[in-house]
Amino acid sequence: MKVETSRFSVFILPSLSLDSVEWEGRGLLKALIKKSALRGEQVHVLGCEVSEEEFREGFDSCVNSRLIYYDLFRDPLSWSKTGEAFPEGPLGVLRAICRRADPGPATIALDSLSWLLLHLPCTAVCQTLHALSHQNSYPGLNPVPHMLGDSSPVKQVHVLGLLHEELHGPGLVGVLSSLTQTETSWFSILPDFSLDLQEGPPLESQHHPDPHTSLVDPTTHLTFNLHLSKEEREAKDSLILPFQFSSEKQQVLLRPAPGQATSHIFYEPDAYDDLDQEDPDDDLDI
Amino acid sequence: MFPELNNLLNTTPPGVEQGKLTLLCDAKTDGSFLVHHFLSFYLKANCKVCFVALVQSFSHYNIVGQKLGVSLTMARERGQLVFLEGLKSSVDVFFQAQEEPHPLQFLREASAGNLEPLYQFVREALKPVDNEEATWKCPVLLVDDLSVLLSLGLGAVAVLDFIHYCRATVCQELKGNVVALVHDSGDAEDEENDILLNGLSHQSHLILRAEGLATGFCKDVHGQLRILWRRPLKPTAQRDRSLTYQYKIQDKSVSFFAKGMSPAVL
Repeated sequence: MKVETSRFSVFILPSLSLDSVEWEGRGLLKALIKKSALRGEQVHVLGCEVSEEEFREGFDSCVNSRLIYYDLFRDPLSWSKTGEAFPEGPLGVLRAICRRADPGPATIALDSLSWLLLHLPCTAVCQTLHALSHQNSYPGLNPVPHMLGDSSPVKQVHVLGLLHEELHGPGLVGVLSSLTQTETSWFSILPDFSLDLQEGPPLESQHHPDPHTSLVDPTTHLTFNLHLSKEEREAKDSLILPFQFSSEKQQVLLRPAPGQATSHIFYEPDAYDDLDQEDPDDDLDI
Repeated sequence: MFPELNNLLNTTPPGVEQGKLTLLCDAKTDGSFLVHHFLSFYLKANCKVCFVALVQSFSHYNIVGQKLGVSLTMARERGQLVFLEGLKSSVDVFFQAQEEPHPLQFLREASAGNLEPLYQFVREALKPVDNEEATWKCPVLLVDDLSVLLSLGLGAVAVLDFIHYCRATVCQELKGNVVALVHDSGDAEDEENDILLNGLSHQSHLILRAEGLATGFCKDVHGQLRILWRRPLKPTAQRDRSLTYQYKIQDKSVSFFAKGMSPAVL
């Protein structure tokens, strides 16, 4: 009799960022659920974050018929006083799923693991998850086959959990990672929740530029010229700026070159002027 | 309501969508203009509105509402608006008999409370009444704001649970909408606020985030608005679209423009 180890996978949602297109992890969870259902497995969904109607949307009837939804969304804390649907709490529901009668392989999906970790003690959640994945060790369930000559097969359980990474500290995420087998793969999810696994990162960027933020060149359609021709550029580069005082410029200003037209001032002194022919700047050492 | 914001969000009062959670958040600026927008928008759309106003008085919202073309006083009188004035009624918690549960009962409790009485208040306010003459389009819950509840001693999980139940009742059961404002503490490293903001972001269908400009205060551009659409109800609909605009708040309106295209600098 074959004993297969169960697998526990946690899908970590990348941190929420409004800079890029934010990616919702529920799509991947639903794609994996669809994959399990199409393999013939029964899928048990512990739904804490969305309604059953919303979760089942997008699945065809084949997948929906194999999906059992445990609705913890409507009244998880018994505020509605309509009678407790799940008196034993979410962990009790998970343990009850393990005790179910049918022996075939099954998938348990937690939507979401973050909700469980925020409302229940971390140790209890981790212990229950560990027990789900290793059913032969859970006391009271599935006695080890060789002990009593019991031929009941070991139930194969595949556990999927959706985790919103930024809601928990790195320590907790590390603990959960140690419970799982980590696998990194590139994938795309099609509109009908089919999963398309790819070899490596996409060759081209999938990012489609948003028409509202596409770059518009503001220099087109102007009524004035912003560009320089070659001659204009050369003339501009060779221009000496007025306040750049090089020694050539100094000479040009102080000693006018011979042949250069000098300017004359014609002045008629009136009676009160005192003309002094001495140069007042003689004592300066230029 | 601001017609330019309606254009950006592609909504009009006659064609209001149902079953949505809209998250408003602000970082380094005041995002309350978004609250005034949605309050006047849903009143004009003929929806029944339950407004949990914890930050300002009734007259404050009324004055701003009148600038935007709605009268909160009249809406309250005809039963369209149920207004919980947090500033006034929080004092009543201490002066009323203990048998009657008050929506803000948690203020009286020594240990970490929960918001079940507030949820029951919202449920009572928005549940359809059989003999009501006027028929309203859909129920809407508006909360200003949720960060104040953290300051008053509640944990982030308690506030998340409250919004969870409001989603289950108002969005799912009554096919209405929920709009809530949360402040983003940014660099202040407020763990509880971060859990609240991130937790709500994952549950929201639409996120409007008002941010101050990175370069500081400016007279002509008051901030930047990021709009993120999430969780389309149809799997084939366009997923996760985001837009960014800058805005300037004027006396009776807000004008939006693309980044760097403020009329003041063109």
